[in-house]
Amino acid sequence: MDLSAINPLVLITTLMIAATPILLAALGELVVEKSGVLNLGVEGMMITGAICGFAIAVETGNPAIGMLAAMVGGAMLSLIFAFLTQILLANQVATGLALTLFGLGLSSLLGQGYVGVKPPSTPKIEIPLLADLPIVGPVLFQHDMVVYFSIFMVVVIWATLKYSRLGLVLRAVGESHDAAHALGYKVVRIRIMAIMFGGAMAGLGGAYLSLVRVPQWVDGMTAGAGWIALAIVVFASWRAGRVLLGAYLFGGVTILQLNLQAAGVNLPVEYLSMSPYLITILVLVIMSAKGGRAALGAPAALGRVFHASS
Amino acid sequence: MKILNTALAAALALGAFAAPTLAETKVGFVYVGPIGDGGWTHEHNKGRLAVEEAFGDKVSTSYVENVPEGADAERVLTQMALSGHDVIFTTSFGYMDPTINVAAKFPNVKFEHATGYKRADNVSTYSARFYEGRAALGTIAGHMTESNQIGYIASFPIPEVIRGINSAYIHAKKVNPAVEMKVVWVFSWFDPAKEADAATALIEQGVDVLMQHTDSTAPMAIAEEKGIVAFGQASDMSAFGPNAQMTAIIDDWAPYYIQQVGRAMDGTWTSVDTWDGIAEGMVAFSEFSDKIPADVAAETKALIASMADGSYHPFTGPLNKQDGSAWLAAGETADDGTLAGMGFYVEGITGDIPN
Repeated sequence: MDLSAINPLVLITTLMIAATPILLAALGELVVEKSGVLNLGVEGMMITGAICGFAIAVETGNPAIGMLAAMVGGAMLSLIFAFLTQILLANQVATGLALTLFGLGLSSLLGQGYVGVKPPSTPKIEIPLLADLPIVGPVLFQHDMVVYFSIFMVVVIWATLKYSRLGLVLRAVGESHDAAHALGYKVVRIRIMAIMFGGAMAGLGGAYLSLVRVPQWVDGMTAGAGWIALAIVVFASWRAGRVLLGAYLFGGVTILQLNLQAAGVNLPVEYLSMSPYLITILVLVIMSAKGGRAALGAPAALGRVFHASS
Repeated sequence: MKILNTALAAALALGAFAAPTLAETKVGFVYVGPIGDGGWTHEHNKGRLAVEEAFGDKVSTSYVENVPEGADAERVLTQMALSGHDVIFTTSFGYMDPTINVAAKFPNVKFEHATGYKRADNVSTYSARFYEGRAALGTIAGHMTESNQIGYIASFPIPEVIRGINSAYIHAKKVNPAVEMKVVWVFSWFDPAKEADAATALIEQGVDVLMQHTDSTAPMAIAEEKGIVAFGQASDMSAFGPNAQMTAIIDDWAPYYIQQVGRAMDGTWTSVDTWDGIAEGMVAFSEFSDKIPADVAAETKALIASMADGSYHPFTGPLNKQDGSAWLAAGETADDGTLAGMGFYVEGITGDIPN
């Protein structure tokens, strides 16, 4: 065993990359749930974003355009969910699950011609001056644009929800859609916008996987990342800052177990592979033991169907 | 009508071919990954295409990709057998029991299972002596490493994978006694994100030569990005690592597939156990990179030639097992039975084989 072989600085850099897809998807889902909608289709939107982004990046040779296409793709797919649950008032849980299955199949179909193709590489952006700082520089300021964007979005979503009028309206819709409706807010319209935002963020998360982290298109390559994003929203008790913490914790455990193996730590590999999932379950159990949904901070109208009766 | 439609849809969905002529031999392939994985499944599919080319109108082939190892495989195999396939190739170790189970129900269908060890009257097994290829790769790796650390991304702890690790280590150690092998198990044949993360973890810990026994090209892409040396697995992966790839082991299944389908057509097919290596051409190499120094390339090519003519066996004593107990005496070579069931590391490799 040689733990000194593990460089903590490099470990942090890679865990940021590993955590970015789930961070983006979880942030999107956070906004969706804050508006009172439970969309379990995150996995489907991620994988659709992964292939849309990959295909467009390969065709145009520009990863940035690919990322944008991924956001559009994810948002388009989420529109199906929005139409079914907000206009036709379908059950959100069932529709979300269907969206995941649909997204996995659709992405496999779209990806037929892109298996084994190499995507254009996404450039790393070194922030001037800051990137040259000792220790902190290489760890924090030499990433690609999506990593910066994900952290930027944590701040934006936190500030918007906490301080802006838009955030207040969104939360009002999520806490009590009847009261918000009585005040004259367009509940359905606001929720559809939130769902599309969630789709776009999940799509970008998926594209980060296919364009940067792997970088390749493979059927089913999200491999459950969407479900972890959903768990992280609960883990974070619907707070943006804690979503960041949760995503990095999860990314950290995944990367650490591979590093421990490489360092020859004498632990059973099966348990190491299991550990991220075990920790997620453990956190969920501990958090839910403290009380009901209210104690967790869940939006009161989460998952409830809204029908304007008057 | 509705039933007909459903049946038609099911047949189409499973890739079954409609209305074959009577003289046509139907050959089915079951793949563990997508045909575009750039590795293992890609090469099996090349073998399938070679069969089509060799026999033209006399055969029709079909395949099902991404078939999980386990209960799903049995379902796919049953469907293939029911839809009139004469020969079915199952191309992953984990299809072993499903193949045996389904074969018992369809005695007239000929099954060919890759890399397994269970046979029946209508089940042949075939595999390649990849460990011969690993010996050559290990030799190059031992010379090329500057940090004296070789990373190895392993899939499942089965004899075939363990043999590969041992063979690579023995030959790297032979040319570079200071060499160390770091093994990371990812417990998947094909999970690009995990393979990529494993490659990154190994490189961060000082590995400058990467070997893999998983099917995706993700580790090669990471090696290229980080500027280290790597080896292609099962297929030429130079498209993903034009600078990183030193050479690749290429599994050439085409001659075997053509031979077995031919035997099925003329009625001479019998259950056989085939384990071919460099000599028969089942294990081949892609072009050596010009980054390999000339003397290393020459040494490796001489090694390959000695394995091809049978004068050298990669597992030649004196060799001890990891725990220090004696395995092979000086000059003694391992027998195929031991190799087929290999469940131990040779002396010098650190770490344990997971269960």
